[in-house]
Amino acid sequence: MSVVQSVHNVALLPAYLAAGTAVLVLLADLLVGRAGATVAVACAGVVATGVGAVVVGAAGTRRTFCVGADCSWVFDGRAALVAGVFALLTLGVLGLSGPLLRGGPTPVGEYCFLLACSMTGGVVLGAAGDLITLIVALETLTLPLYVLVGLRRGSLASAEAAVTFFVVSVVATTVTLLGAALLYAATGGLHLDRLGGLADAPDVPLVPAAVALVVLGLAFKVAAVPFHAWAPATYDGAPLPVAAYLSTASKLGGVVALLAVVQRALPAEVTGPVLALLAVLTMTVGNLVALRQRRTVRLLAWSSVAQAGYILAPLGVLVSAAGRADDVRAGAYAAAVAYAVFFVVVELAAFAALVALRPAGADGGALADLRGAARRRPWAGAAFALALVGLAGLPPGLAGLFAKVTVVRAVLDGGAGWLALVVAVNAVIGLAYYLRLAATLYADPPAPASAGEPAASVRVAPARAAWPVSVALAGATALAVVIGFAPQLVLDLASR
Amino acid sequence: MSVGQVLLVAVLVLPAVGAALVAVLPGERAARALGTAVAGLTLVGTALLVLGDHGWFGYGPAPAVQPWHEVDLPWVPGLDLRFHLGVDGISWPLVVLTALLTLLCCGYTVRRVPEGRGSGRALVALLLVVEVGILGTFLALDLVLFFVFFEVVLLPMYAIIAGWGGTGDDLPARDAARAAARKFALYTLFGSVLLLVGVFVVVAAAGTADIVALTGGAGLSRGTQLAAFALLGLAFAVKAPLWPLHTWLPDAHTQAPTVGSVILAGVLLKMGTYGLIRVAVGVAPEGARWAAPILGVLAVAAILVGSLVCLAQDDLKRLIAYSSVGHMGFVLLGVATLTATGIQAALIGNVAHGVITGLLFFLAGAVKDRAHTGALAELSGLRETAPRLAGLLGFAAVASLGLPGLAGFWGEAFAVVAAVERGGPLWTTLAVLAAVGGALTAAYFLRLLRRVTHGRPSPAVGRFTPALAGVELTAWVPLVLLALAVGLAPTLVLGYATGPVDALVGIVR
Repeated sequence: MSVVQSVHNVALLPAYLAAGTAVLVLLADLLVGRAGATVAVACAGVVATGVGAVVVGAAGTRRTFCVGADCSWVFDGRAALVAGVFALLTLGVLGLSGPLLRGGPTPVGEYCFLLACSMTGGVVLGAAGDLITLIVALETLTLPLYVLVGLRRGSLASAEAAVTFFVVSVVATTVTLLGAALLYAATGGLHLDRLGGLADAPDVPLVPAAVALVVLGLAFKVAAVPFHAWAPATYDGAPLPVAAYLSTASKLGGVVALLAVVQRALPAEVTGPVLALLAVLTMTVGNLVALRQRRTVRLLAWSSVAQAGYILAPLGVLVSAAGRADDVRAGAYAAAVAYAVFFVVVELAAFAALVALRPAGADGGALADLRGAARRRPWAGAAFALALVGLAGLPPGLAGLFAKVTVVRAVLDGGAGWLALVVAVNAVIGLAYYLRLAATLYADPPAPASAGEPAASVRVAPARAAWPVSVALAGATALAVVIGFAPQLVLDLASR
Repeated sequence: MSVGQVLLVAVLVLPAVGAALVAVLPGERAARALGTAVAGLTLVGTALLVLGDHGWFGYGPAPAVQPWHEVDLPWVPGLDLRFHLGVDGISWPLVVLTALLTLLCCGYTVRRVPEGRGSGRALVALLLVVEVGILGTFLALDLVLFFVFFEVVLLPMYAIIAGWGGTGDDLPARDAARAAARKFALYTLFGSVLLLVGVFVVVAAAGTADIVALTGGAGLSRGTQLAAFALLGLAFAVKAPLWPLHTWLPDAHTQAPTVGSVILAGVLLKMGTYGLIRVAVGVAPEGARWAAPILGVLAVAAILVGSLVCLAQDDLKRLIAYSSVGHMGFVLLGVATLTATGIQAALIGNVAHGVITGLLFFLAGAVKDRAHTGALAELSGLRETAPRLAGLLGFAAVASLGLPGLAGFWGEAFAVVAAVERGGPLWTTLAVLAAVGGALTAAYFLRLLRRVTHGRPSPAVGRFTPALAGVELTAWVPLVLLALAVGLAPTLVLGYATGPVDALVGIVR
């Protein structure tokens, strides 16, 4: 056996492109020094990453960094999907950041660099073939976000959010690492596929504990109850585009990591009950607490906690023997991926609309600040309402409707009728607050308190959004409408 | 594509495109008129659906569902969702009724928009979207597609109640309308998520969502059928609504604007009873047999409770709303008997209730618009100041209480007959109680007439002028004529339904 490994560079191309984007952004900021140029380089790099991922992924599975049959880098159809979605989300968030970068004190170069770094983590994550690559990729995805969350200068909430996020996230990573170490100690393997073979015997000591630690550590990343408490505070303190990134890309990262270990490495007998319990708790608690929120971003944060529960729900079928049949399992994983894709598109549209409706660089504000917003700004308001309805899973938000249908179908195929009923009842609770927010948009605008006094909200929303925000909003909404009418596109990609 | 297929797609595409055009075109009045024209075209399209072959000319045993026209295109294979539409004798009368009521409501909105609220053209656009949802529900022959259309109706109807509902322009009135709308949305969503679970219980077990193939049980196990019927039955019972799941209805009907109430009572409730007949009974006949006594008891309870509550109501619109609970109780009793007579009674009861209650809500809206109140205590002597309005109200009330010769009679009388035919102590008792409920219906409608039309004109009624606006007559006359026509010639509704109903009953046995 040769000591020098041959490296399949084409398989690594998407990761090269993503990392190269980050470096180029730094260079552009250093050499050109104009905000526009930096952002343009970032956007071009992100697009190149996305295209590269699709091109590489379309040609079938490519592996590299292999020891025998076990590979640390497996770029297959799902990896391409994950990388493509990450690129799209990053592009969208860059668009949303336009007003923030233009006017404010935010350093443009650093901002774009950190975002590109985070995207690199996401691209690597989808292709990770062993636990260490997976955890390092997840950390690469998360680490830049600690800084990005704290970027609202002079805002105490922002600093608090960053610290909360940092502490919780580091603890979660430690827990996952401990689980991985125990798994290694018990089985002697780290490659996901190899673990899948070994861990079929759950009576190996330590395996259940190790599995539980890995799953729980990753549950922090998707903000599943009871490991969710960081999410609302962090989202609310972060700049709006970063909150959008957190609730879409970062959450998608957690889901991908969780799916990778659950699907390929860990024994379903152990993960099934844990995941079913997590799913039920997450959607129920998320929805119930969201009912009482008064601040827009907190409401969206709690709703995205609940949405994580819907994503986990199909995995809950592993709890029953019928749900562990091979085709049912495959369907459940595909349903989770499909729901996650539907969700991130609609969620991005919701955040984009919120950015468009709020003053440049402002935080999400209270629900009352959005009173009558759709009457002043019919298009952005309608897009927001459509996204909210989609999150609630009702027509005309067909993307969200089909997402719910996919989950319920996968759960019932696994014979877990009770779980389907829990999902169904949660959809009703969810509608209550989505409807409240949507109705606020169309309520009568508040009457000016008194003519002479300066109103409480001095910075009123602009008459129209900056063009990058409008483009991002239009793109996300159009994408949501397209996958709403042709959900088969997503379902096909998800089952690859 | 044959003409029938084009028509099937057209009656859904027309209102959908019309709604989009109405929403974006400049010009308020022109947009409303355009919406009305589109609704008219849709009505013509639905009426033309009757053309074509109505029999079974193939070999072998006749299938339980024999659509006159059928469109079957793949949409989302991953979810077993096909764009499968069809129309037959059970759905066609409801399809035409939906198109007619939408046309009347759109026409009414060209002239009359609730004051101080959203624009009339947005209202027309929403009415057209609701029409798409209801027509799609009646036409769908794929379970998943049925569910999708069932959901389409929910939010536009919410917007109609929240945006144009309530009496008066003050803040409490708007809050009341919004609360009623929210209650409507949450209740009916609860019903439709149960429908979603029920649909996929069936699809997961049978491997297909085709209603034509599934009707008759399609080899589903008894356990699956019981579970499916329980879920589907509950879902449709919320929509219909069946006592004790009816509590969303009085608030929604009372707060909704006139056109909203007409659509709600006229056709939206029928989605529940139609679904029960076509989907729940058809797909899970064994479950239907198992649940029939429960359904019958609840239906009779609805009749009695609805009538008793009506006797104590003080508000015109609320009284009519509660009367729907009783009338839908008769329809559900008919379905519960699972006999040909009972299901035919349910079908004609559906249509008659849609026509008569639609008319009653139009009239109640007219009274309320003029008097600015709906309280029975402040309304009296209507025949003194507005004899024509009083006459029409009298006609509608008498039709609704089931006078022979008018539309309301057939459904109620034959639901009772079906229960008697079913025999046995339980069904006989139910028949007797339902008949008592019928008498109570007469009592509260006569009480309503005595309070509102007789006596000295109250101050609120004293301001009335005898004249009726042209737009009002245009909206009401077709309903008056239909109530008469269906009463005199029930074959208008049942003419094409005999075959499908017999096939359905054959399956349940």
